Amino acid sequence: MTQAANPFDSRRSQFLAGARACLPVAISVAAYGLVWGVLARGAGLTLTEAVLMSGLVFAGSAQFVALDLWTATPATLPIGPIVIATLIVNLRYLLLTATLRPLYPKKGVWRGALSMYLVTDENWAMTVAAMQRGGGSVAFLMGGGALAWISWMSTNLIGYGLGSAIDDPARWGLDFAFTATFLALLLGMWKGRSDLIPWLVAALAAILTSRLVDGSWHILVGGLAGSLVGAALETRKHAHQF
Amino acid sequence: MLTSSEALAAIIGMALVTIAIKASGLLLADRLPTQGFAAAWLRHIPGAVLAALVAPAIATGSPAELVAALATGLVFIITRNLFAAMASGVLAVYLMRLWLGA
Repeated sequence: MTQAANPFDSRRSQFLAGARACLPVAISVAAYGLVWGVLARGAGLTLTEAVLMSGLVFAGSAQFVALDLWTATPATLPIGPIVIATLIVNLRYLLLTATLRPLYPKKGVWRGALSMYLVTDENWAMTVAAMQRGGGSVAFLMGGGALAWISWMSTNLIGYGLGSAIDDPARWGLDFAFTATFLALLLGMWKGRSDLIPWLVAALAAILTSRLVDGSWHILVGGLAGSLVGAALETRKHAHQF
Repeated sequence: MLTSSEALAAIIGMALVTIAIKASGLLLADRLPTQGFAAAWLRHIPGAVLAALVAPAIATGSPAELVAALATGLVFIITRNLFAAMASGVLAVYLMRLWLGA
């Protein structure tokens, strides 16, 4: 009688719940997707190349960096630097996907490897927030990922079709949709005063890094600094207790 | 012109390194201990990553993002509604930028 009795039903409702949870950030994804489409055409990508890149790579910040390096003439295309830049920009995903491990069965986790394709900052954040409330599942993660994929791909195409200079998303405050959602998610993760110092360290390290280097390094540096300090404080506290 | 072999190589290269990194995090997570420092470290990653994601976007030097962040936080704490928090943040940043002429 219950929903959980039917695995397909519960998986489908989890998938839909994940998509619903990602709606607020999908707006931000769509705004940037539009801009990426416009810039891709300007950088000289053919429509086929733009669709292939978005469809196969599906990593927003890496795709923006690739446009910076792209050349319309194939002979001068810097293939090596583009691939290396992608690797560097995406390094932060090591931290993100490691935290998703509890969603997968103890044995045969390699079968979940391909599902990592649909992991973005957005559905990762929604899923770990759900996990901390005792929920979250692979289907939930995939629902959010599918919504992000659809909003990214469709707005890339619209942007490519429009081609002309589109207003900066910042003009409508849409760049802040992402920040506001993630800030609210962070507040929802608050468990007590022991979170304060790690979060402050992460924030300060990220601000400092973003001022010094371009790209998404601040996420990796801030994430590492804050989590390491948090772990150090926690293990020291336990050492005192025992 | 549909594409070139060079462009195809670049795109496939990008796709392969991206999925390799994303999958590595999940697959390597098992090698990490479930207790002690490494476990505590993994537990602290989500909050730290989120703080690192939002901090530079708030500390821009302009009061617009700061006020919008306060509005977002306040609405979230009162309503516990993610969508309401997001919408008030976007509205606040839009109005503040309009007002500041930035």
